[in-house]
Amino acid sequence: MLKQKNYLTLGVVTLVAVLLFSLPPRVTGRLKLAMGSLFLPLLGLASTAQQLPVAAADAVLTRRELLRQVENFHRENDQLKVLALQADATARENEQLRTLVGWQRQVPWKLKLANVVLRDPANWWRTVEIDLGTRDGLVDNLPVLTADGLVGRVSSVGYTRSQVVLLGDPNCKASALVENAAHDTGVISASGPLDNSLVELTYLSGSANLKPGQGVITSGLGGIFPKGIPIGQVVDSRSVEFGLYTEARVKLNANLGALERVWVLLP
Amino acid sequence: MNLLNPILIFAAAFLAVFGEAALPGLHHLFGVQVDLLPVLMVYAALNANLVTVASLAIFSGLGFDALSANPLGVTILPLFFVGFVIFLQRDLILRELSFAQIVLGTVASAVVPVLTVLLLLTGGKSPLLGWGSLWQWLVMTAGGAVATPMVFALFNWLNRAFGYQPRTETSFRPDREILRGRH
Repeated sequence: MLKQKNYLTLGVVTLVAVLLFSLPPRVTGRLKLAMGSLFLPLLGLASTAQQLPVAAADAVLTRRELLRQVENFHRENDQLKVLALQADATARENEQLRTLVGWQRQVPWKLKLANVVLRDPANWWRTVEIDLGTRDGLVDNLPVLTADGLVGRVSSVGYTRSQVVLLGDPNCKASALVENAAHDTGVISASGPLDNSLVELTYLSGSANLKPGQGVITSGLGGIFPKGIPIGQVVDSRSVEFGLYTEARVKLNANLGALERVWVLLP
Repeated sequence: MNLLNPILIFAAAFLAVFGEAALPGLHHLFGVQVDLLPVLMVYAALNANLVTVASLAIFSGLGFDALSANPLGVTILPLFFVGFVIFLQRDLILRELSFAQIVLGTVASAVVPVLTVLLLLTGGKSPLLGWGSLWQWLVMTAGGAVATPMVFALFNWLNRAFGYQPRTETSFRPDREILRGRH
């Protein structure tokens, strides 16, 4: 009798697992979001707990230190204002030249700031969750970046949260361009599971002439990432498949291990 | 029926899943996040009934998969497999011994990720694997081994603190009292 009960339980659990596997992706996506929303109260607690040390540090900062920081921010702000003026002038000139040549107008980026709230608990994926969702206008496959460079793309969107698949995950591939004379293009793909600062740049032509330190940016091919977002720098390269093509390791500009705030590039 | 133990187990699983996603401290140190669900499964298999073991596998597996990029439900079967095997053999296991707890924690923490990755590969997914995965597997196994006696000690303490203590029987029986003097 006991054995029967044991095997009945085994059967029920197996059935539940098989049922979940066979559900269509849309339904499992909704189920995931529903399950994930159970953790929402804890998210609030965690963010409050994270802010406590910051608030404590703020409370003990001296007036002299605060004034020094304000002075630094003023100086930095002035510098950025000058740079913004230069950038505006360059953008205007660029637009005029584009009109003269007849090229398509470049639309300025619309960015939305998001907080990284959770990381993937499984060691075999590289994803994070951010606190923006459909209510903020997010849809699948939007590029996600920091001030340093590309981070990844939005892979699934809920009402208040979204999952971002990071560069280096097998599900996040990006067409990239090396900033050298030949403008060699390749595909950024997964690297090893341990070091999340390195990714592989594959499918470069066999004659690609790569040197360490050369910049890598998005090429704009593929339709997800716009052209020109910095990705990283070439570390080394090697010839594979008897010289058929070249692969390179790229050190990412963005520190994926310490992401706290990211920018989502809205359409 | 004492519901305290299952409630504590489910609460611990809930917090463990959230902690693994929200606290990346170990990930920064070792490049690996240690999974506490196999450890909790060992505790549940040795100290709770099979319904609790099955519910824990389903509930914690769904929670883990909801916060990760895993397909939903892929963690349920590995967790339940470990819990089921330990449950069937639990009468033969000296569960109070730290050594037995460490061995069970080691085996469970080693088996669950391997089975999960095998299920992912069988389902046509391509998880991030390489030589570094071996290091991750070793750290997860060692982390599980270290955490198991601590989890057992924590649950024993919680049960003592919040549960009813068993009433101790007195050896005194009034009907067997020897009455002295004149009656």
